[in-house]
Amino acid sequence: MNALVEPLAPPAPAYPPHARTYRYDEVDREFLQERIAEFSGQIERRLRGELTEDEFKPLRLMNGLYLQLHAYMYRIAIPYGILNATQLRQLAMIARRWDRGFGHFTTRQNIQFNWTKLEDVPAIMRALAAVDMHGIQTSGNCIRNTTTDEYAGAAPDEAADPRVYAEIIRQWSTLHPEFTWLPRKFKIAITGAPHDRVALQAHDVGVVVRKNAAGETGFEVWAGGGLGRTPVLATKLRDWVPEEDFLAYLEAVLRVYNALGNRDNIYKARIKILVRDLGPDFLARVEAEFARMPRQRYRLDPEIVAQIAAHFAPPPFPRLADDPPAYRDALARDAAFAAWARQSVRPHRQPGHASVTISLKPIGGIPGDCSAEQMEAVAALAERHAFGEIRVTHVQNLVLPHVRQDELFAVWEGLRAVGLATPNIGLVSDIIACPGMDYCALATARSIPVAQMISERFADLDRQLDIGECFINISGCINACGHHHIGHIGILGVDKRGAESYQITLGGSATNDAAIGELVGPGFPYDQVTDAVETILRTYVARRAAGERFVDTYRRIGPAPFKEALYAAAG
Amino acid sequence: MSAPAKAKPATAPMVFTANRLRDGRVVWLAGPGRWAETVREARVFPPAEAAAGLALAQQGERDQVVIGAYGAEVAIRDGIAVPVRFRERLRAEGPSIAAEPAEYLLAS
Amino acid sequence: MPLLDEHGRAVADAWVRVADDAPLPEGPAILTAARLRAEDLSGRNAPLGIALDPATAPEAVADLLPRLSLVTIALPKAKDGRAFTQARALREHAGFRGEIRATGHVLPDQWRMLRRCGVTTVEVPEGADLAQWRRSFDVVDIAFQPAQDSGSALGLRRQRLRVA
Repeated sequence: MNALVEPLAPPAPAYPPHARTYRYDEVDREFLQERIAEFSGQIERRLRGELTEDEFKPLRLMNGLYLQLHAYMYRIAIPYGILNATQLRQLAMIARRWDRGFGHFTTRQNIQFNWTKLEDVPAIMRALAAVDMHGIQTSGNCIRNTTTDEYAGAAPDEAADPRVYAEIIRQWSTLHPEFTWLPRKFKIAITGAPHDRVALQAHDVGVVVRKNAAGETGFEVWAGGGLGRTPVLATKLRDWVPEEDFLAYLEAVLRVYNALGNRDNIYKARIKILVRDLGPDFLARVEAEFARMPRQRYRLDPEIVAQIAAHFAPPPFPRLADDPPAYRDALARDAAFAAWARQSVRPHRQPGHASVTISLKPIGGIPGDCSAEQMEAVAALAERHAFGEIRVTHVQNLVLPHVRQDELFAVWEGLRAVGLATPNIGLVSDIIACPGMDYCALATARSIPVAQMISERFADLDRQLDIGECFINISGCINACGHHHIGHIGILGVDKRGAESYQITLGGSATNDAAIGELVGPGFPYDQVTDAVETILRTYVARRAAGERFVDTYRRIGPAPFKEALYAAAG
Repeated sequence: MSAPAKAKPATAPMVFTANRLRDGRVVWLAGPGRWAETVREARVFPPAEAAAGLALAQQGERDQVVIGAYGAEVAIRDGIAVPVRFRERLRAEGPSIAAEPAEYLLAS
Repeated sequence: MPLLDEHGRAVADAWVRVADDAPLPEGPAILTAARLRAEDLSGRNAPLGIALDPATAPEAVADLLPRLSLVTIALPKAKDGRAFTQARALREHAGFRGEIRATGHVLPDQWRMLRRCGVTTVEVPEGADLAQWRRSFDVVDIAFQPAQDSGSALGLRRQRLRVA
């Protein structure tokens, strides 16, 4: 075990006492060390030529290591998007020491580093393990990191805490012996709130945690959603799965998929295709498997649920009143603070508190990028004002879930000092963009510079506020990591005879009214996309009725006025 | 890798590229067993010799030096090989955006 | 082809794969489902086995299993993981207690998980580094879910797997 002695790793993590992450014990840490030893050995076998690249590739992917355009990319799991301050500091250290001083937060609530060297990976893994982190199952044809509501445990509308079950899914799916060599990747989302903040219907499996009249916990289960080449919204399988059968039911879904999912064509291998092709027979097969399996073996013990739930007990909130004078005064005194608060501050279930969304979308910046200095600043603010806890959102922003309202001004000042106070949450410059061809080996066009151009065009905050809520999502290829299908305005970059061309879809939605956007017409070249977006938004502003968001107007008037505005002049 | 793998007969001069196994960096075939970090150092194969170039590049894979070797068409401009496809130019030159953290863009 | 048993030891392989039109050998024979159904084998004492292809569900041969001592499952490519579900179903649903043998393109790194799904033996390539197979089997011995093997409880959902 001497290979595990790592001089770079800090001493045993000193956790902020209240951070409500799942806290590792000796067993969890021993498991991580075993996994590091395993992957380090696999790297050595690859370098010696004992493993071919074809054999090594799935093994490295299951540890989060991709080969991208310019280098290896290392994706690190942020389980259900929850980090503590110590972990975020360590990510900053890794960014400086082994990368180029920044990391990129993804739509899967993970973080990735773009310039990793294969030889450095064991050392990075050890540095991650020192703060109970890893890259396990952040890629590969296995069960990936579970997506959860970024306001879990803080949102006023939450009926049940999804984090407990997200952690149970994490443990159950970790190195699952049967489901590690699936036909294709498998993504689960779970929420406990009626308002869908996880894009539930765009996931392979979507779970809603519910309570019944008797106060018992159960799960509504959806399956077969996914984006990519064939976007499909999920189908509901069950309104209610009792808590003790939660894992049994997930097993049943995965068993049917692993046995019958397409193994020949990568574009037909996701569960969405199986669900679509089998129709009602898919559910029948899942129910048949569920009915015959030895339920006791897979039973979720309520005692274990309670033990895991203890990790997510609420922080020791002080008893406070809403809208304290300090907050009211600051809003009245400082217009810039008020503008930020209007977009970034959300109600909290605990009086006198709020959740703060931190924009990683500065005007002209790279969506989701965060420098080491910014990570450290956020970690310090989280420790000081938010019980040491940070969330990562699927829109590539960060959240401080529990902030006292009378400390919001101080948080804003701290964020502003490091360029993290852009007041654009939910506005047109709060863009989702995949890395695109600037980094990604699969991409067919660039995404990031398109996001930058649009963000700069709409830099004026008053104009953004006038346009109101509008989600622009950009993907650099058909795999749709930028979720373009479910953006209000979706942009897909493709290769058209050697040149970048951008197709625009309108009317998508990622929430309760989930919808796949409709293609508006032929694509636009790189230098005309921003004008096209401007034309679309001008058309909306001219045609909107009072109180309508962009997507509302689109649904009311349909694509014709937008098509006409976009193509009439050219035609 | 998603590198273009279509085995069409070459019609333009070719260079051969891959990622280095140990660190993943983009490299260009400079000669038998030699891989360079810039496309300027790449050996340019006329179309008729493209198959021989590919064989040299694939030997690099068998030797556990590189992965994902493939050919890229180039145009010769001022005596320098410039990849024809945009993707290959990005690989040669690096991301078109800042690959280091930008100065803080202070919110107004 | 060398065969590893559940303890990671190389063992002799007494089984013979028999084509549908070939005569039956004296010793243990692996046949197809079609032949097992078509031929009267009631007088035979030597053990019988079946080669299950990845697309066939174990349920489809459930009627044959009571008289079989061996089922081979196959990974046509290492990343084709249908065999994991087949093995688990053979144990859990069909109650099969004989030998389940993994064949095809199996990596040492998959051996522990195959065992956890109920596989008994694995065919490894000629010249395989058996020490590597053993190391790969041993390196991760903590598991987070119930399977066809058993371990000692470590708390929450975790258990330490038995050393083979």
